[in-house]
Amino acid sequence: MAIDTEKGKKPDYTDMEDHIETDLEQNFRVISPGRMVTKRFFKSKLSIVGLAMIIFVFLFSFVGPFIINHTWGYKETQVFKIERNADMVSTAEFKGPDGRTYDYYDRSKTLVIFKAPPSRDHWLGTDTSGFDILTRLMYGGRISLIISFIVIILETFLGIILGGLAGYFGKWVDQVIMRIVDIFACLPGLPILLILSATINSIESIPAEHRIYYLMAFLTLMGWTGVARIVRGQILMLREQEYMMAAETTGIRPLNKIFRHLVPNTMPQLIVSATLGLGGVILYESTLSYLSLGVPFPRAAWGSMIALADPSRGQEILAYYPNMWVPAGLLIVIAVLGFSFIGDGLRDAFDPRMKR
Amino acid sequence: MGLLDKFKRKKIEGIDDSTYLTLREERRISRENTKTIKEYERIRNRKNVSEEEYLTQMRDPANVVEFDNLHTYFFTDVGTVKAVNGVSFDIPQGKIVGVVGESGCGKSVTSLSLMQLVQAPTGQITQGSIRYQDEDGKCYDVTKMPRDKMLRIRGKDIAMIFQEPMTSLNPVFKVGEQMDEVILLHEEDSTDDSARERSIEMLNLVGIADVKKVYNSYPHELSGGMRQRVMIAMALLCNPRLIIADEPTTALDVTIQAQILELLRDVKEKINGSIMFITHDLGVIAEMADYVVVMYAGRIIEQGTVREIFHEPKHPYTIGLMRSKPGGHVEGDRLYSIRGQVPNPINMPNHCYFYNRCDKAMDICKRHYPAMTQFNSDHRAACFLYSDEILPEEKEDKEDGEGR
Amino acid sequence: MAIEKMDLTTTNDDILVVNNLKKYYPLSKFTIKKDPVSVRAVDDISFTIKRGTTMGLVGESGCGKTTVGRTILRLHEVTDGQVIFDGKDLAKVPRRKLRKMRPQMQMIFQDPYSSLSPRLPVGEIIGEAVKEHNIVPKSKYRSYILKVMRDCGLQPQYYYRYPHEFSGGQRQRISIARAVALNPKFIICDEPLSALDVSIQSQIINLMKDLQEQHGYTYLFISHDLSVVEYISDTIGVMYLGSMMEMGDKKKVFANPMHPYSKALLSAVPVSDPDVKMNRIVLKGDIPSPINPPSGCKFRTRCPYAMPICAEKAPVFKEYEENHKVACHLYSQD
Ligand SMILES: Nc1ncnc2c1ncn2[C@@H]1O[C@H](COP(=O)(O)OP(=O)(O)OP(=O)(O)O)[C@@H](O)[C@H]1O
Ligand SMILES: Nc1ncnc2c1ncn2[C@@H]1O[C@H](COP(=O)(O)OP(=O)(O)O)[C@@H](O)[C@H]1O
Ligand code: SF4
Ligand code: SF4
Ligand SMILES: [Mg+2]
Ligand SMILES: [Mg+2]
Repeated sequence: MAIDTEKGKKPDYTDMEDHIETDLEQNFRVISPGRMVTKRFFKSKLSIVGLAMIIFVFLFSFVGPFIINHTWGYKETQVFKIERNADMVSTAEFKGPDGRTYDYYDRSKTLVIFKAPPSRDHWLGTDTSGFDILTRLMYGGRISLIISFIVIILETFLGIILGGLAGYFGKWVDQVIMRIVDIFACLPGLPILLILSATINSIESIPAEHRIYYLMAFLTLMGWTGVARIVRGQILMLREQEYMMAAETTGIRPLNKIFRHLVPNTMPQLIVSATLGLGGVILYESTLSYLSLGVPFPRAAWGSMIALADPSRGQEILAYYPNMWVPAGLLIVIAVLGFSFIGDGLRDAFDPRMKR
Repeated sequence: MGLLDKFKRKKIEGIDDSTYLTLREERRISRENTKTIKEYERIRNRKNVSEEEYLTQMRDPANVVEFDNLHTYFFTDVGTVKAVNGVSFDIPQGKIVGVVGESGCGKSVTSLSLMQLVQAPTGQITQGSIRYQDEDGKCYDVTKMPRDKMLRIRGKDIAMIFQEPMTSLNPVFKVGEQMDEVILLHEEDSTDDSARERSIEMLNLVGIADVKKVYNSYPHELSGGMRQRVMIAMALLCNPRLIIADEPTTALDVTIQAQILELLRDVKEKINGSIMFITHDLGVIAEMADYVVVMYAGRIIEQGTVREIFHEPKHPYTIGLMRSKPGGHVEGDRLYSIRGQVPNPINMPNHCYFYNRCDKAMDICKRHYPAMTQFNSDHRAACFLYSDEILPEEKEDKEDGEGR
Repeated sequence: MAIEKMDLTTTNDDILVVNNLKKYYPLSKFTIKKDPVSVRAVDDISFTIKRGTTMGLVGESGCGKTTVGRTILRLHEVTDGQVIFDGKDLAKVPRRKLRKMRPQMQMIFQDPYSSLSPRLPVGEIIGEAVKEHNIVPKSKYRSYILKVMRDCGLQPQYYYRYPHEFSGGQRQRISIARAVALNPKFIICDEPLSALDVSIQSQIINLMKDLQEQHGYTYLFISHDLSVVEYISDTIGVMYLGSMMEMGDKKKVFANPMHPYSKALLSAVPVSDPDVKMNRIVLKGDIPSPINPPSGCKFRTRCPYAMPICAEKAPVFKEYEENHKVACHLYSQD
């Protein structure tokens, strides 16, 4: 050995001084593909922001309830009756006997037990039913995230199977499946969801707590077509690769070909589309809950929390109790944006050519 | 930690991953790269560089281009790729200089350095100079030249032909439009009509039969050989002094290749320019070149006139390359082959790069990088087999080695 | 068009007999017309390959070499004609049986980058089909794969690595190992060298020769590099625009190329000697489109010897000396 390995003197990635004599070909090492992706992901500021947002939402929704339960012992549907004297203002307009219009204005004090303002015990106050808003936000986030993940997993599963079959077998299989996809894709999503949810709500034999499962099924049905398209397109492209030809010449079973050679190679696209889809599902779920067609009362949901401020039920909450609806709105924005940022970051990380 | 890695790599039934960089190494490389690149970019982006700074003198006024100890490095995520690592050669006026070597030897990067087209910011010319002499006898150092000055030379005085013409022709414009544009860009007193005339003249020159039709077609409507002709016509538009042809026939069939080679030779005579001809095909080089430069892992290992290289190759790599071509072997013989493969020029050792593939390797070869040995005014090779100047402490080794 | 069916006598010597093979790719998939426009990628080709020999197939790009290989293996369905492998007419073998037969005929691909599944480790790529076809008992599986890898010049520690970690030459070795592991009789090599460096090419040629000597493989070696084909093959076929122009014993074809196209092709190969000035026949023009090939002799648009008859009648592919067939009117005139 001519050169002794002095620590710290040479960069520690050139560990080849005694190695190179046998293997000049392997004189350098590459970065593993996984880490390459990670590296590119973290190069973008936006994906880091997105990740931070999503981590925050997750901690808030899944760890939050435990902390609340531990410190204050609050439950999702625990009613707090906090008595306070509140100003009650009533105004009206009426026409006097003299034909002129009068404004009626009255201000009095009343005793209210709900709608408490933020306080040390209830950081965001309580709502119209006396539930603690902060606690409800956490449970609401929990259900939103769970629903969106389940829906996305189901969607992807369905999409992979149907898209995979269409792409692999082609011919009439492809025709049939893709026409179904077309039909689903041209249905107006929201109106259909509204109709379906309203129908479910009106069927009395379905217990309220089961409604949420139907909701997930509908959301899945509306969403799988995108995944199926991606998988099919990807498979059509991969099928032309020579390694698929090679798999054919070695006589590998079709199922193995699909699930060992084709599907794994569509994974990056699927992960991206799933991440981007998560935000969408959260929005749908919130919309339905806002219209009280989603997660049933008294379970908490971000959508129904915003619905409290619905101006058609009076301006009061919208105007005087922002603590009841602004946080829920913010959380929806954070979650949806976060997932989009991560999805975009992942797409650039998996396929740097897509950038710009 | 280094110890642990070594352990992993040598494991026979090892889990993969041993070939991967660890996170710490990766960070370290990344940090060093950022620092180095910043420094170079600062120098590159200076404004108002005075002309004195990049005016120099040619070593020999008969040359168009002189590469002098050129180093072009890429600061990548896995380490510094020394793509061109001390390359010096000349391109004389009116001659064809062939650059051969296997892929990854730095042929393309050498030519891109001359055009100032090395992919910044990861790619940087770190040392050396490239001298270019223009028609008026003025001599510039391309490595120090500001970008806007370079624009005037690139495409006009020095033109380039690539392996895949499709990538350098814009698919949405007609061939003719693209050609006219080049002329309008580089020649101030040209008009639309004169440009068109010149384009058609050039298309004629490269032997295209139906000029009008080709002038009005889109690149994808042409065959590979036709596209390459168009590329050559395009390169000729501004009467270049030097044409860089980077594997111009690699993507073509032999019969079309024969056409294109003949055309290039013709064209060179007509415009009295020089050609830097890059290829990995020894046969093509033998046919085309006057001078040959053989590259290996970013360095020149042998250079000389075409006869010297083909009739008396000196370097074991050159000899090996010639012998591993299947043509002209003895029936039933195994083909000669050089073992191993071309190393990727990262973390190169300071001994002969060919050491682990060389049949004639000696002890001294793994201690020093061999200097160039001059055989005559043109021919030289970097190999200890021919080195007279023996380092005192290596004397015995050398004799041992020769005894084998 | 009436096709004279060739004699179907197959001796046991011939591992592969190809009779009047045709493969037309329809240009649009949904035509109802009876005679849709199609690319005549392979147009009436016949040849036989003897056991343990190598047949070289040369021709310019797009002339249908790959298509010949793929239709022989029934990766694409034949349009017309017969492929008889080891005495069995492949077109008549049902799909399920065909899958069982697959290991006997293998293929090595041109592009070492797209021919290996990027998400499978090397051991798995080589061994996948071995497992599927139970080539070796389970207990011996791993050592078998390692042995095949060693035979193909791959180090055992590559077993768990992924294709992206390898250079082109090593990938091509993996590709060869995948084919060899199945114990085939017949291997189609579709330009296995064209993506490789010169020094690596000779390694791979040697490897393929060694394997042939050890195991007695039969090769159909497709290439556009004539010097390689000259080195490796016993018989050689020259294709142009989907048809065979000249075929025969390697030595005969190289020493005495009869077809004008073969002559031009041979003379176009650059020689590594600056002092040898080739008497080169430089062909004019480009290869015509296979959608609409010239009438009569397909080569006539570029042939320096073209005669009036060449445009009218297609020349017959005839044997002019033993083991040397040519399709050209220059020789059919009495
Ligand atoms: N799947 C396909 N569909 C339609 N046309 C095809 C298809 N495959 C090949 N062709 C056409 O058939 C002809 C022969 O192609 P083939 O790939 O067999 O040529 P080749 O001789 O292997 O060329 P190369 O040297 O470029 O590999 C070409 O004109 C090609 O465009
Ligand atoms: N843009 C780039 N970024 C990083 N490395 C590069 C880049 N371009 C070339 N290289 C490296 O430089 C070396 C020489 O490349 P090149 O000159 O293209 O080789 P060739 O001799 O085949 O033309 C190779 O190892 C290659 O990987
Ligand atoms: S210096 Fe030594 S190892 Fe290098 S080529 Fe010459 S003999 Fe071979
Ligand atoms: S048949 Fe006629 S055109 Fe064809 S190769 Fe012979 S001479 Fe040439
Ligand atoms: Mg190159
Ligand atoms: Mg092909």
